[in-house]
Amino acid sequence: MIDWLKQPWPWYVAGPLIGLMVPALLLLGNKAFGISSSLRHICASCIPSKIAFFQYDWKKEVWNLFFVAGVLLGGIIVFIFLQNPNPVAVNPKLAVEMQQYGITDYTGLVPAELFNWNTLFSLKGIIMMIGGGFLVGFGTRYAGGCTSGHAIMGLSNLQWPSLVATISFMAGGFLVANFVLPFILKL
Amino acid sequence: METIKEKQHHNFLTENTDFEVRSLDSICVNESELKHPWWFNLKYLFAGLLFGIILVKSEVISWFRIQEMFRLQSFHMFGVIGSAIVVGIISIWLIKKYKIKTIYGEPIEFVNKKFNKGNIYGGLLFGFGWAITGACPGPLFAQIGNGATVVIVTLLSAIAGTWVYGRLREKLPH
Repeated sequence: MIDWLKQPWPWYVAGPLIGLMVPALLLLGNKAFGISSSLRHICASCIPSKIAFFQYDWKKEVWNLFFVAGVLLGGIIVFIFLQNPNPVAVNPKLAVEMQQYGITDYTGLVPAELFNWNTLFSLKGIIMMIGGGFLVGFGTRYAGGCTSGHAIMGLSNLQWPSLVATISFMAGGFLVANFVLPFILKL
Repeated sequence: METIKEKQHHNFLTENTDFEVRSLDSICVNESELKHPWWFNLKYLFAGLLFGIILVKSEVISWFRIQEMFRLQSFHMFGVIGSAIVVGIISIWLIKKYKIKTIYGEPIEFVNKKFNKGNIYGGLLFGFGWAITGACPGPLFAQIGNGATVVIVTLLSAIAGTWVYGRLREKLPH
């Protein structure tokens, strides 16, 4: 059983389970599935700085912080009990491309050659971790949600602004992954 | 027939101005009149925990899988997101059709999202960041838990990005 769980889960198992988060949160307490709001609540609770956008009773949204703490714990639980012993199986075409940039280590889900404490202080690391992270935080809040809030919760509730946002995420990601990231990875 | 309780709840939602503030950008719109001790929130910790396990085990948190998705080299990510949406649509349809209530008997409310240009501009910027970091906000938390400790820096930077958005909000096109 444990060995079976350690395998990577196929999309037709994981996807429906993620979809069930939507009714689960609604039934547990009328909560709309969404992760990026947690970043706003962290700002509101720690560094509101008299900014109107952060002046609200964040304690009423504390459930969201419990939820993301759970996501972090989930990562730890897999790390301890359910980690896949095999490297990530990727499309051979991707592996060929990545080899050009010196990325050959597939043992971790996050490429150790790109994301580690030493590369953080290189130009590539600053762009990818600090720059990339900033875009994720700024962009999701500007868009009013992320993959969970717009693509999954919003589309599940047939909200057309969420469709616009989802298409924008995908278009932005497509552009950068194919036309910009190769230059960053060559740094 | 709308019950008195539902009507009261509706009035509560429309008259509560703090709710109005928090509903900007169609987020933080959930409201409950029930007052519970803090540990009632542990059920969300548990839900998050399951979500985190699913994210890691389906390799959704993998930078490599995100690169495959944006290069159209694998169906995996599209399958995950697509099937999640299908299950979500069916669930919400059932909740609306049968007027299913929360486990505490409160009516389940849905708030429509209002379009603004931020959905496009912000969406594109998030897409740029998603392709670079290989993570949307949920996976950032799961990656840290899964041992990629340096992602703490990415997460802090994302919090900084959210803060800067809040700071510049009035000046940005919406």
